[in-house]
Formats: sequence, structure tokens, C-alpha cells
Amino acid sequence: MSNVTLKVNGLAHTVDVDPATPLLYVLRNDLGLQGPRFGCGLGQCGACTVIINGTAVRSCVTPVSTVRSEITTLEGLAQNGTLHPLQQAWIDEQAPQCGFCQNGQIMTAKALLDKNPNPTDAQIRDGMSRTLCRCMTFYRVQAAIKRVVNKGVA
Amino acid sequence: MRPFSTVPAFIEALLDARTEQPSRRHFLKTSGMLVVSAGVASVAGPFASDAAAQAAGPYPDINFRQLDSWIVIHQDNTATFYVGKTDCGQGTGTAFRQMMADELDIAYASTTCIMGNTDITVDQGGSGASDAIQVDAWPMRRVAAEARRVLLEMASTRFGVPTAQLTVANAIVTVTADPTKRVTYGDLIGGRRFNVALTGNNINATTGVAKVKAVQDLKIVGQSPQRYDIPAKVDGTLKWAVDVRLPGMVHARNVKPPVAGAQLVSIDESSVRSLPGFVRVVSKGNYVAVICEREEQAITAARQLKATWRKPATAPFPASEDLFTYMRATTPTSSQDPEVIGDPGTAMAGAAKVVEASYEIPFQGHTAIGPAHALADPSNGQMTIYSNDMKSYGLRDGVAEFLGMPRDKVRVVWMEGPQGYGRTAADDAGFEAAYLARELGRPVRMQWMRSEETAWDSKGPAFTVSMRGGLDAQGNLVALEYDARAADYCHLGYNEAETVLISQLMGTRRNPVAPGSSATPSNMYAIPHTRTSTHVVSLPLVWETPLRTGNLRDPNGPQSTFAAESFIDEMAVAAGADAVQFRLKLLTGTTEDDGGFKRVRSIAAIKAAAATFGWDTRPSPKPLGRGPILTGRGIAYAFRGQTVVAVIAEVEVNRTTGRVWVKRLTCGHDCGLVINPEGLKHTVEGGMQYALSRTLKEEVTFDTEKVTSVDWVTHPTLTHMDAPERIDVVIVNGDPNPNRPDLPHYGAGEASGKPTLAAVANAIFDATGVRLRRVPFRDARVLAALRAAGV
Ligand code: FES
Ligand code: FES
Repeated sequence: MSNVTLKVNGLAHTVDVDPATPLLYVLRNDLGLQGPRFGCGLGQCGACTVIINGTAVRSCVTPVSTVRSEITTLEGLAQNGTLHPLQQAWIDEQAPQCGFCQNGQIMTAKALLDKNPNPTDAQIRDGMSRTLCRCMTFYRVQAAIKRVVNKGVA
Repeated sequence: MRPFSTVPAFIEALLDARTEQPSRRHFLKTSGMLVVSAGVASVAGPFASDAAAQAAGPYPDINFRQLDSWIVIHQDNTATFYVGKTDCGQGTGTAFRQMMADELDIAYASTTCIMGNTDITVDQGGSGASDAIQVDAWPMRRVAAEARRVLLEMASTRFGVPTAQLTVANAIVTVTADPTKRVTYGDLIGGRRFNVALTGNNINATTGVAKVKAVQDLKIVGQSPQRYDIPAKVDGTLKWAVDVRLPGMVHARNVKPPVAGAQLVSIDESSVRSLPGFVRVVSKGNYVAVICEREEQAITAARQLKATWRKPATAPFPASEDLFTYMRATTPTSSQDPEVIGDPGTAMAGAAKVVEASYEIPFQGHTAIGPAHALADPSNGQMTIYSNDMKSYGLRDGVAEFLGMPRDKVRVVWMEGPQGYGRTAADDAGFEAAYLARELGRPVRMQWMRSEETAWDSKGPAFTVSMRGGLDAQGNLVALEYDARAADYCHLGYNEAETVLISQLMGTRRNPVAPGSSATPSNMYAIPHTRTSTHVVSLPLVWETPLRTGNLRDPNGPQSTFAAESFIDEMAVAAGADAVQFRLKLLTGTTEDDGGFKRVRSIAAIKAAAATFGWDTRPSPKPLGRGPILTGRGIAYAFRGQTVVAVIAEVEVNRTTGRVWVKRLTCGHDCGLVINPEGLKHTVEGGMQYALSRTLKEEVTFDTEKVTSVDWVTHPTLTHMDAPERIDVVIVNGDPNPNRPDLPHYGAGEASGKPTLAAVANAIFDATGVRLRRVPFRDARVLAALRAAGV
């Protein structure tokens, strides 16, 4: 075990864990940030996605000691009580079914739009292709992303 | 007043998250009762006198024959509904609120709905069979109507006028002749009990004296309020079953047999004893779990534990590539008496043209996006299980039996979770957590790993279906034979103490073994001579196998319909007929119908789908295109219960790669009275796309020792790349008397997937002239079929 300091959603935290611990378990179990979820632990599904340095990162395969920059989780997207446009679009589009995967859908979409605010439909499909959903909400998730793209508010 | 301070912070947060208006939290806090939509400090029934005593149990069944068990009116003129159902992400909670609010005459926004906690909501069984709206909503409507009746009586007494001279809207009762005389529901009864007895032999029959409203008088039903659960699911505030953390809890991971049917010989505990956070290895029979203080420690320890296993003497199953050969050759464990209409033998012998085909559907799994999990707390000599199991009441009953505890000492707090479309491994994880919690005397969180979920969750049975059809000289389908074999012996029930995996691994053998079942087509075609037969077959290994079968979203429906509706298409092709016209002819060939008007509603659904799609009437296949992309369209239709769906798929087949893209889906969907049209459309879209995954991607693979599809690489699933470009859901009301005041509401959770497999297969044939009879249609299989046919 050793002390690791993380900055998450604007706040610094120090935790005493094995440095090899996947970031996911530290976020969920030590910091109570449970937006990111365990889906596979293999980097295959995206349920555990957080954003680091503007990139969607799979926290289940990221050792906590390797994180140097600030982490944004789903809980950190809203600003001053206002939902991020993507979150609002998700509600407007009624995108989720069970909703379990939607952390990954939203966070991956955010990183995608932050890099490319005007993706084509094909770029949206491609950018989201490794973020899985077993309720198959893909059609609505893509529609929700397009709502934001079309409004130009991302 | 009971202060809310006894409620853990996360429950408070949960209530906030569920709140759509600021007043909601307030009324929950000030209504003199403790309301918990999912959480630790739930109380016995809607009314609690002492939450602390309640937390210690016991947890008797909630009396469904008391109005107070279902509805509480608060002083601020809002209402909470308590229903014994669970919402698997299709918005049934929102629909229940709409229906109950409508009957009660209260604004939708002034209501909340508490679901599926065994100690505070009546036992409506949780979810299953797509019957939430079709069956369970009826007692909800009736009790809400009864509450309205009782409130009107109270107002009548207060104002001294007969109820007929009162008007009620938005939870305010007014004297019709003198609108200054008004009283709110909250003023009449807020925070107090109705103390009104209900009747009914069983919970589905629960009723008061009042009658439900005529469809024409429903105002909230038919609107599309947004699902109340979604905001907290997108802002990260919802606490799911997977999120519960309790003081003193530990983390458990299973160690599964490396080979199906292996016997545990020994465990070398020294292989993990010195690992940080190690707590205990628990094993009994072939069940093994490792428990550690921290989650990542448990994962490491479970991986490192050295255990010696003895392989079974004979192979547990054939390899998946030999599965269908095995299934056709083996002697069935049971065969149903064939259902025979007319004289199919003679008719077939006299047919001008006979077509034969057989279809194959492999084992397919639930493989939830979040592997199975549960947290069990053995405090106070009770057992509290936090679970997303869609049948929370069954989990309570099963765990009580398994642990030998009185039923009223066990409760299940239902919380949301990853998709629960049938008998998932959530059942298994709940039992495991409870067993380990009792062994350790501490709260234990069980979490399956991805490979465990994908390999060991329960499976939808594999099917082989042989079909034969005969056309007369005019191209009429005069004889049809359907013969199905399902690998479904020892089918799992829900939450059975004798068949959950931990029980099997500990050596329990249910006697008699569940026979399993096959399935017959659900269509309403009028065919004069038919023979329909079904069989169940068994794999060599019956117990402790990863190929355990259990209900998977519309159990057996997708399999039987894939065969039946593909074959109808083959007969249409043989007759040189258009696929829609051929079906309509079979449906108009008789005037027989049933109470659900299934035949006429079938016709309406097919016609609606065809019209919206813009179906071009012609025989299949299309003349073969020239470019690399071949396009085509296909239709299929089916019933799930009383709900009828017709699905049309448009596909693009890439002849150089074999990739199939379902570019467009159209669904004609008749589930009777629609409660929430937008919610319905989303559910239907999800159902069809889920079926696309089963059509195009999913297959459980195995060698002769173990399942080899264990993650999202070896077990592919539909992705964003595969999403259709356009989906149309046409809501159809094909009832012969569409404006009848008692138009029933049928289920919608599963129906739309049922015909989708065949619709895609039929579309691929239309595009390529190649008939695919083996699911899934992965690129390599499609490409091989195209090559073999010279396409
Ligand atoms: S849980 Fe991290 S990618 Fe699946
Ligand atoms: S919404 Fe259920 S897994 Fe994506």
C-alpha cells in the first residue's frame, strides 16, 4: 500500500492503496464516485470510462498510480447545477433503457465532441463503436449526440 | 414525525435524485412516514411507526387486501404508489404512475412510485413475461379507482352532498354546484390511513368496490411523460444495487471449476493467505469463494488461489461446432404429443410442390453489461439483500429456503441494475452473497467477473427446427410440418433454492429434474393440414454446467419464430408470391378468431408495417445487384401473448466482406391500449436491436470441456457500428372495435424482438438469393454462404 494523490472533479484526494489498483476501484470504493462502473475489467466495454486530459480513459485497466492529471467522472460533468448539454440531450432523447452502460456512452461522447464538435454520422458511429450497450440503445444514443452537434453547444 | 436522520445519506441522495420538483423530497420528509424507494432503512409497508425496530425485522408480507398497502396520500396533496414490480429499464414505473394517477384523478407530477422492495411493497412477483402492463397494472388501476371512490365519499360526508354532485380533478374535490366548496385529497386524508379492505382471491384479482375508468375518460394514459428514472441515470446520482457499501462489508469473488463438471480435490489456502486484505476462503462441495477486505484484493486472491480439480470422466458436452449434429442424433428426454390439424401426411403426399428446410439457433446468453452482483447484510439475525434481481420476492423466498431462515427474516431491497431480461445470474449472485454473509457474519458483496458472467450465466436454449411445407398447384400452402428440438433439459426456474448455481455446486440435485420446454409458432395462419411437434434434448452434463438454460427475453420465442417465419418466406418464394401478400392470404383464409382478435390484429399490424415501410409488392429474391453492396427487405410477424408485431428489415449485404448491416427497421406494433407512446417506442426499438444482436453476433461457443466465449471479443455483441440508420415504430390498434371503453393493455417488453431474426434472414435472401438458416449471421458465415452460392 502507498499514498496516491488524485485530483477528481476539482477536488484532491489522497488514498492509501496498492499502486497497481485499477483506478475504477479507487473511484468507486474509496472516493464514492460511482458514475464509472465495472462492466468487464478488460478495457472492452467502456462502462468504467472517465476523462483524463480530454481523453476517454477506461479506468478498469488504468493503474491508479499512473494517473498524473485531473480526472473527470460523470458526476463532474454538470456545472453549477446545470447539466452538461450531452446529459440534457440524453434526457430529452430519453436515451437509456436500463442505463447501466450510459456512463460510458456519455463520457465517450463528451471526449469525442470535445475533440471534434462537428462529427459526421460515420465519425459518431466510429467514435462510439467500442462503447457497448446490452440494451442496444445505440440508435437513441446517436440521436442524442446529434442533438448536441446540431445545436453546436458541446 | 419521524426525522429522516435515520436514513443513510445515500438514501437521502437517492430521494433527491428521484425528485422532479422540490416539493417531493419535502413531502417525503414531512409526511410522517419513512419512504424509501430503494435502500437500507426501509420499513414494513408504507406506514412505519418505528423505523429502528423495523430495520431489525421481521418483515412480514404486505397485505395486498389493504388499500394502505398500495397508496398513500400525503398532506401536501401528493401521492405515493407502492407496487410489487421492478423496472428493467423499459419505463414500467412511469407507466404505472400514469395509470394510477389517472384512476385516482391526481396530476402525474404529484405522484411517486416505489417498486419491488419485499418488505414495503405488495408481492406482485417482480418482473417477467412482459406482463407488467398486461396483468399487474389491473390491480393497480382498480386500487387507485377505489382510493378515488373513498376520497369522494369522505368529501361527500364533509359537504353533505351526494358524490354524484361532486367534481374531482387534480386531487381536489369540488361541489359541482358551488365551486367555492372544495377540499384537497391531502386535507381529507393526508398522512393518515384509509383503513379500507380490498377483496380478491389473489393479488392479480385485488379490487375494491369502484370500477376502473373507461378508456375514453383516461387523460394521463396515452401521454408521454418522460421516464422519471432517467435524470439520475445520466447525472451519476442514482445509487444502483452495484453501488451499495455498508460499514464492515467485505468483497467476495467466486472461483469456478476450470472445466465443466470438475470435482474439487483440494484447496491450497497458503497460496493466498498472505495476500493483503485476505479474509477467508469459503468452500463447500465444488463451490469456492475468496473473500478480502478490498475489491481489487478479492480479484487478485481469486486469481491466485491454488485449487486442484479432477476432470469429469466423460465430456460434459459436444463442442459447439458439433452441437446441432448431436441434438439431432440424441434421443429426446421428452416429446410433446404432436398437434395435428387435418391430415398433413396425405396433404403433403398430394402437394404439387414440397419444400423442406431446417434451422439452427445456438445457445445465447444474457451476458449483462454489468456482471451479476449482490450485497447481503446478516445484521440483527436477519438477511437483507441488495439486488437488482427482477424477481425480488422470489429471491427472498429462495434465499430463506436455502439458508433455512424464516421467510419474514429475509428481505430483498430491489435497486436498479444492468439489463434483466429473464432468469439472469443476479439470482445466483444473490444466493451466494447471502450464504457468504451468513458464514462470515459480515456484509458481503458478491460480484461476478466478466468471464464468469459470459461463460456461466444462464442461457437461452439452442434449437434445431425442421420444417416441411406443401403447396398446391395454385401456390396455396396446404400442409405444414414443424418439428423443434430444444436443448433445454434441466431448465432453471427463478431463484430456486435447489437449482441456483451455488446449490448445484454444493451437490444438490433437484428431483424430479425440470423437463424443459420447446416452443411452437405463434402466428395465426390458416393452413388446412398441419403437424406441430416439439422435443427437449439434454446435453451429457446436466448439473453444474455453464450451459444451464433459463428464461432469456421472450424464452424460446426468437428461436421458434426464426424458423417458422423464415420458412413461410421460403414457401412464398416457392409459390412465386410476395412475402406480405402470401402472409395476408394465409390470414384471410379463415374467419376464425379468438378473444384477442388475433387474426384481424395480425392483418392490421402487417399492413401498417408495410405501408410505413413503403413495401414494394413483388416476389423475392430481387434480381442480383452488380455492386459490392446488395440490398433487400424482409418481413416477419409474431405474437408474444396478446401483443402482435410485424417487423420489416432492410439490409445491406457486403458481398466482398459478408457484413450485414440492417439499415432500417419498421415495426407495426399492437399492444392494445398504449400507456406511454414515447416510452413504448423506445422499448420496441431496444427490443428489435437486441434481437439484431442475437441475429448477427451472439453465440455461446464451447469446446468439449468449457465455454470459450468469455468476454466481448470472444462473445461479440451489436455495437454502434451496427445501429440502424432509421427505425419506425408504428403504433397499431387493430382491435375490431378500436374505441371500445375496455380496450386492454398488453405487454411490450419482448414482442418486438421475436420476429426480427426472421425478418433479417428474409431480407438477406431478398438481397442475395441466399437463404441463411443458421444464426448468428456473422461476416464469415455470410461470406461463406455467398461464395458457396456463387454470389
Ligand atoms: S469495465 Fe472498463 S472497459 Fe469494461
Ligand atoms: S442501457 Fe442497458 S446496457 Fe445500455
